Amino acid sequence: MNFLPVILWSDALIWLLVASALLLGWLSSRNPPLRAAWRRVGRHRPGMAAATVLLAFVLIGLLDSLHYRPALENKGEGKTAYAIEVLSLLDLVATPLRTRNEKTYSEPLATRAYAKEAIEVREADGSVRQTRDYPRLKHGGAHLGADEAGRAADVGRRLLQAGGAALLAWGTLAALAAGLLAHAEGTTQAAAWRRIWRGESDFAWNAVLGALAALFLVAFPLLALCGDYHVLGTDKVGQDVFYQVLKSVRTALVIGLVTTLVMLPLSIFLGILAGYFRGWVDDAIQYLYTTLNSIPGVLLIAAAVLMMQVVIDTHPQWFATAAERADLRLLALCFILGMTSWTGLCRLLRGEALKLRELEYIQAAQAFGVSDLRIISRHILPNLMHIVIIALVMDFSSLVLAEAVLSYVGIGVDPTMISFGTMINNARMELAREPMVWWSLAAAFAFMLALVLAANLLADAVRDAFDPRMAGAA
Amino acid sequence: MLAYLVRRLLYALPILIGVNLITFALFFVVNTPDDMARMQLGVKRVTPDAIEKWKAERGYDKPLFVNSAASGAGVLTETIFFAKSARMFVGDFGRAEDGRDIAREISARMGPSLAIALPTFVLGLFVTVAFALVLAFFRASYLDFWGVVLCVALMSISGLFYIIGGQYLISKVWKLVPISGYGGGVEAWKFLILPVLIGVVSGIGSSTRWYRTIFLEEIGKDYVRTARAKGLSEAAVLFRHVLRNALIPILTGVVVVIPLLFMGSLLTESFFGIPGLGSYTIDAINAQDFAVVRAMVFIGSVLYIVGLMLTDISYTLVDPRIRFDR
Repeated sequence: MNFLPVILWSDALIWLLVASALLLGWLSSRNPPLRAAWRRVGRHRPGMAAATVLLAFVLIGLLDSLHYRPALENKGEGKTAYAIEVLSLLDLVATPLRTRNEKTYSEPLATRAYAKEAIEVREADGSVRQTRDYPRLKHGGAHLGADEAGRAADVGRRLLQAGGAALLAWGTLAALAAGLLAHAEGTTQAAAWRRIWRGESDFAWNAVLGALAALFLVAFPLLALCGDYHVLGTDKVGQDVFYQVLKSVRTALVIGLVTTLVMLPLSIFLGILAGYFRGWVDDAIQYLYTTLNSIPGVLLIAAAVLMMQVVIDTHPQWFATAAERADLRLLALCFILGMTSWTGLCRLLRGEALKLRELEYIQAAQAFGVSDLRIISRHILPNLMHIVIIALVMDFSSLVLAEAVLSYVGIGVDPTMISFGTMINNARMELAREPMVWWSLAAAFAFMLALVLAANLLADAVRDAFDPRMAGAA
Repeated sequence: MLAYLVRRLLYALPILIGVNLITFALFFVVNTPDDMARMQLGVKRVTPDAIEKWKAERGYDKPLFVNSAASGAGVLTETIFFAKSARMFVGDFGRAEDGRDIAREISARMGPSLAIALPTFVLGLFVTVAFALVLAFFRASYLDFWGVVLCVALMSISGLFYIIGGQYLISKVWKLVPISGYGGGVEAWKFLILPVLIGVVSGIGSSTRWYRTIFLEEIGKDYVRTARAKGLSEAAVLFRHVLRNALIPILTGVVVVIPLLFMGSLLTESFFGIPGLGSYTIDAINAQDFAVVRAMVFIGSVLYIVGLMLTDISYTLVDPRIRFDR
């Protein structure tokens, strides 16, 4: 075998999340009210467009969550040695992006570096002359050779090809969607297409296809150009910014999703316990969350992260690779964020459980002698699920934004881990440079905005669909 | 009212003790002072002697809870817990790594923090309420729809970009105000105007959306229908009836953050180089100055609890239906 699979803790949790999302989907398909609510989400046009964009981000993140260590060149017989570097499938796909580093800054699509430096020019007579000029990049546009003037034509040709390919791919998918709808409704393909176009279909196909068109038109040109150019430029140490942005997606997803995994069990368990049993249990749990809540979040996180940093630094023997250490720090950050953010949901669930336990059907169950455990699991928990789902999607975007701020403050992810926060942190002085370096910040801004905006829009759709108070309005 | 306040004060005490215990556990039980010393001294200079010296200088060389070597009350007072945690209740926060008294530093830095946070808060509240009122007035129109879309988009931008973009545009391109810094006296406004502006703009998205839903909820109520039935104009309904009633949830929602204004903002202060409590905290985090972080955690919780009590009082003030003195 020429690679060694590595399962980082965060990978395991990500795939666990995927499994539980599938399980949740299966469970809700068997539960009529939840199924109806998801249908309402499906009709919500901005929500479905946002879901399409989010799905693209999730796919990048999942691709980046399968890790391995490549085998080194086998020197002679004996055991195979594996590289100390942990790579992911995304790294493998993006090998050209990852490995073709320049010396320092270069503009998007540039063929020459951004600052002048002393270079040696060989004259026609063979003598060597020193001059100051913009040096040619090692990799950016290297396929052009001496024909640097042909860059605009080359880029234009690639853009046209990519645009064509995007339209072709989109057309195929659109025809597929129309075909599916026609099959499901027993109409002709043309009729189905008309219904999609006018937004009459039960599922918001037009929003999904619209979002797909926008996605393809952005992604295809980026992909077509990133092979031979630095399509979003390079940063201070010459690393491709497009690669960094792609890697940041996984960090953001882990922070946004794994944190909820930490938070949910705590808030559900304690919230129901407090609301259902009342009395001293309620008092104790209320005391616990009021105390935790009264410490300002950032400071509690700062204190916990500082302490975790001490633990990590004093136990270097725990980690086989740098990736494992960074990964553990990421998980610890998720854990700390989860510990500081479960209180809000817990209070909501407690209030709702207090209300539910006074309803007739619960009192009837108690009168029949049904055990508390069964009442909670059969009657209370399912009726709280809508709050949990709403809280889950609402928290995601705020967690992604929090990561950037925390990394800036210095209490976020490991500095070696690529994330939106570390990207912004490294680039924050670049606008003040003369001439200014704008592409790192712009790329982080655009991708982060796309991710968070999509998450916010989906959260709105889910809230509208699941909140019973909104049901009348929808 | 007085009896109620006393009861609330007594209720706050166990919470403060809980906060104190949590921070103590975080700082001294998870890691021993030896670990902290190793971290502070760096890998190279660590010798057992250096660690002992570091601990002795900062008073970390005592036992955690019980000092069996001491006599009398010293059994409890000659400990890290008493010296570092219990003393916080009387405002003694000890010294920072650079040897300065933390309590004095905090009182000196509160002014600059407030100079930014207070105008941001007041102006932000005014702007967002006004914006939300406009959206509610034009509800279910294109203006409302695009206003909400704008709010969601503004919400989705990281606070870092507001600051970086604002500094770039206003200070570097237009050269209207200095990029960062702080000065006392009359000239201070030059340094304050940009952070305040950015603070207001970055808060518009989420607050406006929240206030708009409060207004819309209020508009759906029966007394509004009555007011309209009497023939009042829409503007009169909105300003005379809806606004005043909607201010109850809005005010009680924001009162809790008023005491926390003293703490300043981490991001704004560090970007603009303002010598307030926020930048103090950030510097302490970067220098891994545990004493300062511990003090800030404690002060933050005290201020939050004060905020909760103010919220309760403001309920009784703005809504005469609520009476606490039973």
